[in-house]
Amino acid sequence: MTETEIRQTVKQALSNVAPEVDVDAIDPAKDLRDQIDIDSVDFLNFVIALHKALGIEIPDADVPKLGTLSGCVSYLAAKIEKGQ
Amino acid sequence: MPSLGADMQFGTIVDWRVKPGDAVKRGDVVALVETEKGVIEVEIFESGVIESLVVQPGQKVPVGATLATLSGDGKKLEPVTPPAAAAPVKQEIAPAKVATVPAAEESVRLRVSPLARRRAQELGVDLSTIAGTGVDGSITIADVERAAESVKTPTPPAAPAAKGLDIGAMRRVIAAAMARSKREIPHYYLSTTIDLSKALAWLAAENAKRPVTKRLLYSALLIRAVGAALRSTPELNGFWIDNEFKASEGIHIGLAISLRQGGLINPAIHDVDKKNLDELMESMLDLVNRARTGHLRSSELSDGTITVTNLGEQGVETVFGVIYPPQVALVGFGKITERPVAANGMVGARPMIDATLAADHRVSDGHRGGRFLLAIDRLLQEPEKL
Repeated sequence: MTETEIRQTVKQALSNVAPEVDVDAIDPAKDLRDQIDIDSVDFLNFVIALHKALGIEIPDADVPKLGTLSGCVSYLAAKIEKGQ
Repeated sequence: MPSLGADMQFGTIVDWRVKPGDAVKRGDVVALVETEKGVIEVEIFESGVIESLVVQPGQKVPVGATLATLSGDGKKLEPVTPPAAAAPVKQEIAPAKVATVPAAEESVRLRVSPLARRRAQELGVDLSTIAGTGVDGSITIADVERAAESVKTPTPPAAPAAKGLDIGAMRRVIAAAMARSKREIPHYYLSTTIDLSKALAWLAAENAKRPVTKRLLYSALLIRAVGAALRSTPELNGFWIDNEFKASEGIHIGLAISLRQGGLINPAIHDVDKKNLDELMESMLDLVNRARTGHLRSSELSDGTITVTNLGEQGVETVFGVIYPPQVALVGFGKITERPVAANGMVGARPMIDATLAADHRVSDGHRGGRFLLAIDRLLQEPEKL
């Protein structure tokens, strides 16, 4: 899976929890929760959506690494590369 | 036409999901109804066979109006009417939408109701030029009519803004409900500070061994504790109707959910006291997801027996809530902060949270309210038992 495809999957997962948000306008380096005002329930739904879309287990301790769009892509790309 | 909120007076049938001759069972979604809170899926509360559809799409009718007639079980034809009071309804839990599901396309399709689409055709309005104000950004009839009006008589933006905010339909409903609450309900407020050390330590240990799909949030512990505490304080769980309190047998906790596009809704999780933490967590994730995407059901909007609002993530320390009539109590939680706590002659930093109760003095008093908050505190000291 390419980085572009991972980024697209992350955006789709965000769209599912925050359909009114323009995901293309998200600053990849800024905190997702601050930018699109998602709460902890939305965020867990987002993480579950990533898990289901990519088949990757995301330990609770790793969740802070998903705080930004670029963080999500880096973390998921590394997990995919390791075959986790 | 069921009442989907304290101040709902009318609803408009957007679309029927059934036709005469269809067999239906209790809990089936039979129609889409547009209200000030968006388009809601209306469930049926009796099983039988649809005999006739009395109200057609596009018709606006008052709460209590007969929408359809139903036959079944050898009975005579009966109007399909909303339930008189909260009734336990089997909750159908749908899995959270995932990235691979084309949910966005579905949402886009649902953002324009057939009725709004038809009205747009009648008025010659281009739907692509309208920003929806309904749930999930859906385009409502009011949006279409406003757009048509602005085309005919363009007005400078300064005119509606002269008195301040441009208050939408949902805001007006909230305003009416909250004004009624403050006008009619003699609120009293109590607050306590709860040590969450044990609850959060237990939660961290639990989550470390759980897969992401089974992970728990601390808010689920709070809601579970409220549900369990209500068992011993039934005077906080029910409705003030016709100058008397009607206790509810079921504990259906409404969650105050702020919508990012503006407004507030409080759909209920049914039978919180009968759900274990996993079931409660699943219900909460599902409910919030559907609230965000505009797929709430009528029973979820009408059955709440108490409201819980958690403003901790917004940085609020203490919540002084306004009761949502005809309910008689609201529980608020603030943010978790580390505070110095003296215990056993030692001072240590502990994660603390302020829990508040806003309650109706016509039904309960401070003594009972205090016992209720104490029960929540005690339950959260033994999270493994929740």
